[in-house]
Amino acid sequence: MMRPHRNHPLWFAFVLHRVSGLALALFLPVHFYMLALALRAPERLDGFLRWAELPLVRLAEGGLVFLLAVHLFGGLRLLALEFLPFSPRQKALAAGAVSAAVLVSGLFLLSAV
Amino acid sequence: MADNGQLEVSVWRGDSGSGRFESFRVPAEDNQTVLDVVSWIQQNLAGDLAYRFACRVGMCGSCAMTVNGTPRWTCRTHVKKVARNNRLTIAPLANLPVIRDLATDMDPFFARWIGAGGRFVPQRTRDDPVAPVRPDSPGRQAADAGIECINCGVCHAACDTVAASPDYLGPAPLQRAWTLVNDERHGARGAVLAAVSGAGGCHNCHSMGNCTAHCPKELDPLRAIAGLKRATFLGAFGKEI
Ligand code: SF4
Ligand code: SF4
Ligand code: FES
Repeated sequence: MMRPHRNHPLWFAFVLHRVSGLALALFLPVHFYMLALALRAPERLDGFLRWAELPLVRLAEGGLVFLLAVHLFGGLRLLALEFLPFSPRQKALAAGAVSAAVLVSGLFLLSAV
Repeated sequence: MADNGQLEVSVWRGDSGSGRFESFRVPAEDNQTVLDVVSWIQQNLAGDLAYRFACRVGMCGSCAMTVNGTPRWTCRTHVKKVARNNRLTIAPLANLPVIRDLATDMDPFFARWIGAGGRFVPQRTRDDPVAPVRPDSPGRQAADAGIECINCGVCHAACDTVAASPDYLGPAPLQRAWTLVNDERHGARGAVLAAVSGAGGCHNCHSMGNCTAHCPKELDPLRAIAGLKRATFLGAFGKEI
């Protein structure tokens, strides 16, 4: 059961950051291994790239991008939290500005592709 | 579910080593705090129940307990706000040794205040004039944000980092350290930063904010610790406080 004292957004942000960080750390060695194949065993890399076209693997890639995004923004959030002595009002304004910017640039990106 | 007009209260009996929850039926009142419930049990059903309180008005910080899994000041926690189906589970504060029943040993908590450099070091004697501190100076404002702490230990009990690492100084002592770093009358501000930057210091904090979410005085130890992290980080690059 969820311990009641953890039931608040900052705690969820903490767990999300931890879990995404761990998952990315597990992914990195595999990533480098695959890159190394390009030099050492190109035919095996080709086989892998074909495998990577499978829909399920594409879906997992989406998850990876999600993890990266979550961890990136989680890290920026922590840096802001610890290095910018904002008042709660300033924090709300900054978060609002960042979300608005993401929304607007996301719309531009969508119409560009 | 308990009868109408009755609360079903489970209270921890025992110490850190062993114990169990004991159930009591307590008459429900319109206006009743968790501390009222504990006192009623002690006065009417279990005279040997050990618990602690003093002021009953949220000033002394001695009455904190775990109520339905959450650390709270019991003298200012209304039963209606926390009871589920007329049930209450009352346990001692977490992350501290239990002396008996609901009374925890606060020594490890206060030892951390000293460990964080929390003892005030004056620069003047009683014969000198009082040091002028401008109320609107940034240091005074930063110190102000933390000085209403009543040492209740609620944040200490809520912090997962305290639970996981016994050396960690914890939110309240670190917040005290931040008020002293910002107190221009304090004679050992550099020593405070040195005390909080070592093992068990402010950099152990994971910024999960359990402390700020639970402080009954609505203080923000998370923010104070962020201040310490900033000051010690900049200090490493030679910036004076
Ligand atoms: S923010 Fe830091 S001190 Fe507060 S609960 Fe989290 S780890 Fe503990
Ligand atoms: S910071 Fe808040 S929760 Fe922690 S000891 Fe002080 S008053 Fe209690
Ligand atoms: S009895 Fe003093 S704060 Fe609760």
